Amino acid sequence: MTDASTPVPPKSSLYATSDRVKRRNRSETRFRAYGFAAITVGVLALILLVISIVSNGASAFRQTYITIPVELTEARLDPAGNRDPAEMARVTTFGYAPLLAQALQQHLQGQGISMEGVTPRDLMAMISQEAPAQVRALVLANPEIVGQTVTMEMLAGGRIDGYFKGRVTLESAERDSNVSPAQLLLAERMAEAGLIETRFNWAFITGPDASDQRPEAAGLGIAILGSFYMMIVVLVLALPIGVAASIYLEEFAPQNRFTDAIEVNISNLAAVPSIVFGILGLAIFINFAGLPQSAPIVGGLVLTLMTLPTIIIATRASLRAVPPSIRDAALGLGASKMQSVFHHVLPLAAPGILTGTIIGLAQALGETAPLLLIGMVAFVREFPDAPPEGFFDPTSALPVQVYNWTQRSDPAFVERASGATIVLLVFLLFMNAMAVILRRRFERRW
Amino acid sequence: MDDMNDMRLVERAVDDKELKIAADGVDVFYGDTHAIKAVDVNILDKTVTAFIGPSGCGKSTFLRCLNRMNDTIDVCRVTGNILLDGEDIYHPKVDPVQLRAKVGMVFQKPNPFPKSIYDNVSYGPRIHGLARNKSELDEIVEKSLRRAALWDEVKDRLTAPGTGLSGGQQQRLCIARAVATSPEVLLMDEPCSALDPIATAQVEELIDELRERFSVVIVTHSMQQAARVSQKTAFFHLGELVEFGDTSQIFTNPKDPRTESYITGRIG
Repeated sequence: MTDASTPVPPKSSLYATSDRVKRRNRSETRFRAYGFAAITVGVLALILLVISIVSNGASAFRQTYITIPVELTEARLDPAGNRDPAEMARVTTFGYAPLLAQALQQHLQGQGISMEGVTPRDLMAMISQEAPAQVRALVLANPEIVGQTVTMEMLAGGRIDGYFKGRVTLESAERDSNVSPAQLLLAERMAEAGLIETRFNWAFITGPDASDQRPEAAGLGIAILGSFYMMIVVLVLALPIGVAASIYLEEFAPQNRFTDAIEVNISNLAAVPSIVFGILGLAIFINFAGLPQSAPIVGGLVLTLMTLPTIIIATRASLRAVPPSIRDAALGLGASKMQSVFHHVLPLAAPGILTGTIIGLAQALGETAPLLLIGMVAFVREFPDAPPEGFFDPTSALPVQVYNWTQRSDPAFVERASGATIVLLVFLLFMNAMAVILRRRFERRW
Repeated sequence: MDDMNDMRLVERAVDDKELKIAADGVDVFYGDTHAIKAVDVNILDKTVTAFIGPSGCGKSTFLRCLNRMNDTIDVCRVTGNILLDGEDIYHPKVDPVQLRAKVGMVFQKPNPFPKSIYDNVSYGPRIHGLARNKSELDEIVEKSLRRAALWDEVKDRLTAPGTGLSGGQQQRLCIARAVATSPEVLLMDEPCSALDPIATAQVEELIDELRERFSVVIVTHSMQQAARVSQKTAFFHLGELVEFGDTSQIFTNPKDPRTESYITGRIG
């Protein structure tokens, strides 16, 4: 090796860094800076997103209620006097509204709260349009309370609610045809007297959606149920089909042009825009198979098609990650191919499969576009039945509800939409946490 | 361990043993590559047969033909006859699963299942239905672990994961696992190449004991190992079986010049 003709390099000191090494060090430092900058941008964007959503949406979880005693006059609510719910049902919410207005007026007078600048009509407008319906439902459910004076807790109107949350101010009320400063000042006095109270809003999570005019009553209950039903459908269909397909492709299928084509197409399917699956669902499940519109079963089927490639890709990757020596060991002992897969390979791949499945489910949970096409965007106020019948009842879905609320004109829906986003994010966070926990659990076993 | 002396070529009695495996004109192709060329080998019962040769000479490939592990490789094609007790193992009626229960295998790298020591050893008997109940299974596990000279080290922690053992213990666990299915032939593919010298010595000692019950075929890179543990040696070179004979003869009086070059360190 040491040839006489090779020039001998000049002797260098270890203490002096050569130019070449300096250049390499500089480029490494630069690269680290880029990476750090990229992560900083990402984290900042995430923080901003969370802050904006939480600051907009947190108030959706609180709601303003007016609590007053209401005399349920028999003459108005049960003209026949026989407490027959069927006959009482003839009295519509329009029959109840004056009762509430009267009760509010009387109670304010009784408490000595001045109604300065507020007409009886304005006073009625402070109560949500949903309130008469709530009272009516209560009365129809318990006919015996007719004729009594009952302390009722009623939703305050959207603007009054907004005033206590800081969304509506006296200045904005000047410009607003729906509310006057005098109403807000009265609300202020009522709050001081303990008649108005803002507290946690369970109805936002459990209640059904409400129409454009009553944002204060809108809830996510049906959307959450619909999303939950769809997730059940997706899990029940996509997990077994996806895992079976992956095991077959990875462990049993011969390597030929046909399986190569399938492989390429599965990867491509994962990249197909989700709205295409919506069109497919509309054409096949609704128009061809005749399944009902807006139903979680159809939504679940469409999302299953969308989730399958994700699950298959994740499952195949985790099957491939199982060392071949384990398969050899099992085969060498005289296990059949299937025994080696099910006894040894699959358990080792399980954490990866679970993670892939949960990530696929989380993706499906947040998917909006295909659901719009199969009619899940409809306004639904009826709760679906319990499964399995419930799978065929019309429902909404969480992301669609967010989309829906952002389209409505009343500014109170902004907070609702953000609140719904928070609920959606909490679900996603929960599912991802599950994925992490399950993976840890299964990996720790050995 | 003085009987494990490196180049000691023992007076090994290899006469009047029964023929276990007879390979006749075996060719193996990987796609277009001719990996094994017309190999004839007779493997005797209750004998250790060593396959030696330089890397890539086909000795592992040939070993994997003996229990049809090559079936798992799509492009691999085997022709010729391999008879186990007079039955052609490549006959279309033969299910490789049944064959592998008779011809066990130990691999180069210890590959215990990521399960408990007990489950590792009991897996084979369980899938082949060798035990009718738990106590019989316990018995098989203990016997196998004793045969693999591992019982004393693990008897108090049978439920501990097999992957938590040391490398040498893992390899002995793999041997116990292979022995547990009561095979007739035990194939070992460089079983000591991932082990330290002490673990190697233990496994070699074990191989010598296993000879009493099984026909053992071992692939090894180490000529000393072949000399120490085997009675018969086959020298492979470039896919051909160059020489096959008694170990003492191969190492002291090789007939083929290539064998001589290899064992004296000139090729390989």
